[in-house]
Amino acid sequence: MSETAAALGYGLWRRAGERLRSSAAVRWALVLLAAIVILSIIGPLLSPWSFDQLDWQHLAVPPGATASHWLGTDRLGRDLFVRTLLGVRLSLLISVLATLVSLVIGITWGAVAGFAGGRTDEWMMRCVDVLYSLPYLFIVIILTTLFRRGSIAVLLLAIGAVGWLTTARIVRGQTLALKRREFIEAARATGVPPAGVLLRHVVPNLLGPVAVYATLTIPQMIIFESFLSFLGLGVQEPHASLGNLISVGAQEMESAPWMLLVPASFLVLLLIALNLLGDGLRDALDPREP
Amino acid sequence: MLRYALRRIPATLLTLLVIVTVSFCIVRLAPGGPFDQEQTLSPTVRANLDHLYGLDQPLLTQYARYLKGLLHGDFGPSLSQRDFTVTELIAQGLPVSATVGLLAIILALLGGIAAGVAAALWRNRGVDYGITTLAALAVALPSFVIGPLLALVFGLKLHWLPVAGWEHGSVAYVVLPVLTLALPVAAHLARLTRASLLEVLRTPYVRSARARGLGAARVLLRHALRPALMPAVSYLGPAAAFVVTGSLVVETVFALPGTGRYLVQGAIDRDYPLVMGMIVVYGALLLALNLLADLAYGWLDPGVRHE
Repeated sequence: MSETAAALGYGLWRRAGERLRSSAAVRWALVLLAAIVILSIIGPLLSPWSFDQLDWQHLAVPPGATASHWLGTDRLGRDLFVRTLLGVRLSLLISVLATLVSLVIGITWGAVAGFAGGRTDEWMMRCVDVLYSLPYLFIVIILTTLFRRGSIAVLLLAIGAVGWLTTARIVRGQTLALKRREFIEAARATGVPPAGVLLRHVVPNLLGPVAVYATLTIPQMIIFESFLSFLGLGVQEPHASLGNLISVGAQEMESAPWMLLVPASFLVLLLIALNLLGDGLRDALDPREP
Repeated sequence: MLRYALRRIPATLLTLLVIVTVSFCIVRLAPGGPFDQEQTLSPTVRANLDHLYGLDQPLLTQYARYLKGLLHGDFGPSLSQRDFTVTELIAQGLPVSATVGLLAIILALLGGIAAGVAAALWRNRGVDYGITTLAALAVALPSFVIGPLLALVFGLKLHWLPVAGWEHGSVAYVVLPVLTLALPVAAHLARLTRASLLEVLRTPYVRSARARGLGAARVLLRHALRPALMPAVSYLGPAAAFVVTGSLVVETVFALPGTGRYLVQGAIDRDYPLVMGMIVVYGALLLALNLLADLAYGWLDPGVRHE
């Protein structure tokens, strides 16, 4: 199928789309992802319980033991089905928003560095190199100590602040290549100011590869978020995130293993779906593969 | 070789100074201090405490004092654990963390490379599918899921191993933490080794080695393996960073008395000297490991060191 596409001279994106659609792994990943997303949106509405409602009659009951707590309850009698799905919702929300934050920083930084060139470029990319050599957790821990713990805005900033480095490198490389093209030359010659050239002509042409990279980073962002919440530096009780649910579950696993297994399985399924999708996307766009 | 190493050292030291300076500035500029507790202290007590810990001095003086202390291996007093200095806390925890981390890296190297070679040699057979599936899973799952799950299965269900504690490093207590840390790294190494060995096995010089009548084992060990290991070696730096961050989780899950939990607890308590000390120690460790990884790379690939 892709051979005919190549022969007809279709572009990279069209061929990639075709390859993506023909991959069974990608189809399954999409179905799984859609199921999780839809469940996380409507699931909590279907249950009679809210995420912080205490049910004193049913403390730490296993899944299926009572009619209304479909996935059991925790030590305080809070419904695990609702809490886990809200955790999934929060994880997805934070990871998508953090990806956007990292995109904005990364595109700005990389495009300005690549476009300015010379000494500015050198210093800006040197900063990226130094940050790269630090493990991300240091930066995140410093940032979370800086501000109030548990604030979603800080969490977004902290996670986004780490993710932009690779984006900046990709964008700079693309900008350097774009800078030499005729249409940029033409825009400059007609007197468009540098900022205008950057915004109107350079950035729109960068978005393709950057968007692909962004989808690949979403599972990474989900792991960052739940990692911080697991350590107690992210989302705080009574709010639920997959990270802090797993943290509590790990402490209770001897007497109530479902408290670990329920949120852990959702996280595992989510990560597997996103990773399969990412791998499929990468393979589809790899020009070396036939 | 020696000159290559010497050339890298000043840059590494400079990066360390940048880490110290930046984290010093950020930690000191952060709103909220270590003595912000529920009951407010009287201004006199507060002033005395600030004076005792040097917090009333200008920032530059504090910075100079801190740097001078660092050169003597003195990280200052811990603000949250009043009876200990940061140096004492680190000296207590570091042997535990270092043991677990080192064992994990060794295990990951041996296991990961062996699995990658096996998968490449038996390409598209059962062994290969088993290894690649397992590796894909281990790469996708974070250590705070792998750790509790391993503890649940091997500790609580099968009763083979203890679930938590250290007991002066007796073997049974070390197994699960090391396994948790090593699995994702081993999986990465296996994937890298498999891909690069497959590529090397297709090159003309391997084909000609085979054509000369050399046995499969000799072709692999003498000709194919060394270039195929390059991606794995260059992954050593990121692997070290992964093990360091992973140790925070592993020490929490398995209740190990290591240094990782100090970083987290210090951040929660706003214990400036403790967080700073941990960042300096971990930063120095990572830079040293990165330097070692680069040196190993230069040793394996002569092209690099003459650049």
